[in-house]
Amino acid sequence: MFDLEDFRADTRAWLEENCPASMREPVRDERDICWGGRNFEFKNEDQRLWLERMAGRGWTAPTWPEQYGGGGLSPEQAKVLREEMARINAREPLKSFGISMVGPAIIKWGSEELKQEHLPKICRGEIRWCQGYSEPGAGSDLAGLQTKAEDKGDHYLINGQKIWTSYAHKADWIFCLVRTSWEGKKQEGITLILFDMETPGVEARPIRLISGASVFCETFFTDVKADKKQVVGEVNKGWTYAKYILTHEREMVSAIGGDASAVDALGVQSLDAVGADEQGRLDDPILRADIARWEIDQLGFRLTLERAKDEAKAGEGVGHYSALLKYAGTELNKRRLELKVAAEGMGGLAWEGQAWKGGALAKEWLRSKANSIEGGTSEVQLGIIAKNVLGMK
Amino acid sequence: MATLVLDDEQKMLREAALRFMAEKAPVSQLRALRDGDGAPYDAATWAAMAEMGFPGALIPEEHGGAGFGHVAMGQIMEAGGRTLAASPLFATGVAGASAVMLAGSDAQKADLLPKIAAGELLCALAVDESVRHTGKAPATAAAPSGDGWTLTGAKTNVADGAIAGLIVVSAVTPEGATGLFLVEAGASGLEVETVEMADSRATAILRFESTPAAALGEVGQGGEALGRLLDICNAHLAAELIGVAGKACEDTLAYVQERKQFGVTIASFQAIQHRAAHLFGEIEQARSLALAALSGLDEGVEGLPRLISAAKAKAAAVADLATNEGVQLHGGVGMTDAFDIGLFMKRARPAAQLFGDERFHANRFATLSGY
Repeated sequence: MFDLEDFRADTRAWLEENCPASMREPVRDERDICWGGRNFEFKNEDQRLWLERMAGRGWTAPTWPEQYGGGGLSPEQAKVLREEMARINAREPLKSFGISMVGPAIIKWGSEELKQEHLPKICRGEIRWCQGYSEPGAGSDLAGLQTKAEDKGDHYLINGQKIWTSYAHKADWIFCLVRTSWEGKKQEGITLILFDMETPGVEARPIRLISGASVFCETFFTDVKADKKQVVGEVNKGWTYAKYILTHEREMVSAIGGDASAVDALGVQSLDAVGADEQGRLDDPILRADIARWEIDQLGFRLTLERAKDEAKAGEGVGHYSALLKYAGTELNKRRLELKVAAEGMGGLAWEGQAWKGGALAKEWLRSKANSIEGGTSEVQLGIIAKNVLGMK
Repeated sequence: MATLVLDDEQKMLREAALRFMAEKAPVSQLRALRDGDGAPYDAATWAAMAEMGFPGALIPEEHGGAGFGHVAMGQIMEAGGRTLAASPLFATGVAGASAVMLAGSDAQKADLLPKIAAGELLCALAVDESVRHTGKAPATAAAPSGDGWTLTGAKTNVADGAIAGLIVVSAVTPEGATGLFLVEAGASGLEVETVEMADSRATAILRFESTPAAALGEVGQGGEALGRLLDICNAHLAAELIGVAGKACEDTLAYVQERKQFGVTIASFQAIQHRAAHLFGEIEQARSLALAALSGLDEGVEGLPRLISAAKAKAAAVADLATNEGVQLHGGVGMTDAFDIGLFMKRARPAAQLFGDERFHANRFATLSGY
């Protein structure tokens, strides 16, 4: 315990000294998020410095092995780091599908060569990754994917199409599910392969969304050559790895509703727009009740996130949490934005112009509708809980 | 933030409590009490609970208790919720013991706590004066009389009020302060009306007419103690409600796995799977809140009353959901007395109402949150 307290003191001191003041402000827009990558433009010097300093300690990926650029922290130490960062409202230094999704799979199943090639760059935020999973005909039925990879000796020749590929137009590399076999069960012919998005034959087209933004792409592959050395794990075993990555993705998406206690104080934040009665209560009793119920549910969710981490640490890891948290966290985030838009009235529905931050809230509200679709729909998560946790059949 | 996993001692106690309740205080015992000669609880089971240390779980060792703490007591309450154990444990071991520990003088603690821990002295807590818990100051009046007090007024919703040897009563003093007072069963001017509730447990309406009473500790500090006391009660009612909801969910899952229609189990239908999975998730999140509230009572945490209101509100909502879904997914047999699910529904509501239902606590949560 003493060691952990020492670690806390050291961490606190280091963060005090090294986290720039502007990196302790709430994230206000997309440009406040540091994604890293070859073409990333830092919003300011503080953002670059914060990434560099955190990556220097391996704290962009706190629990990964030090030899691959991680921090080598125990789960207990990582929790202390999270708590100390939260204490000063420090921003995440790097948001990375490399850290949250493909990295853990490379660590678990990748060859030593792959680990050395990719993991340090992920930790330093040098390469931005995207996820090639869904296809026009393979959404919830992901295992039905048809993107074809033909064995050409030292490489695969890839042809097909992905869709809903988040940030494919900004990504440097893709971790991609391809079909390498048409025999047997559909789950048994899938391979997980990595390749550079600048490879000839790769084309990413952003899709315009209801929020007006274009974070998702259609991604086309025409005779794309992918080196066989970039296969993660074994050929035709990709489904196992894909599910593992989805588990990590779910955890990341569910954290949308879980991070930043700043978003939790919805009631107090609504006082300005809604007004207060003489006793200081929100001046719309029904909205106040809705917000109170949301805040209570949100608190229960956040405590469950913590409990899941505590149980994992105590070796009681129960695999059911990722589907449960993904479902609960995304539904809560949708509810939050419905309530926020309601509280802000017409201002919450403004789209352009100087007033009301140029429609930022309306766009965030619409964006949130994808939370319960991407990474496996709420219905898919409920099915996973029912079958895998509750044993219903 | 406190850790949200049980330590080894708490785990052992949880296992022991689950085993004890399943063996010694099963749902069939509640049915037997309901259909029997009117005994409000099973005396042999209560004696066995005392031997296990349950009534003294919150009481320190120096006063004859086991000093297990709130997280541990919460595990016992949850275990009791799972079997609908109809025992004096809540009113005596949680409400009575906590009242004396919070407000009692040293002499009162030394006198009363060992008897409570031993299961010899049953208690009741009389706070409410209307059918819904309001959180308002009491109207029941306390007047000085000799070296003691007398009480005049009426209380309702008093769990175990008809069987308790010692009743803790909130009342207003001539100075307008809220005080806690002790009234002994059979005191002069005390009229007890028993009300049989939907959950087959008895609550009481108590009427006081110049009834002799003793102040519990310093009268002037009663209001503060009462606030903390109600928080403790609500955290443990939340734990019980988690037990009620959890077992209602498990019984329902077992039923849908067995019931066949169209040649397959109804658990194979997606409509049923999604409702069950949603319910399971809600219960797990309510459990996290209850655990945080209990560990907050043990270790102290900022904003504890707000956390406890969140825990009670969510536990009450989840127990409603679990029992409503439970009856629906049982179909026709869910409406029959032969199946237990209806008994869980009938316990969920009074346990939620006692000291504030979901709405009361959501409202309190909002106020304490500053909106």
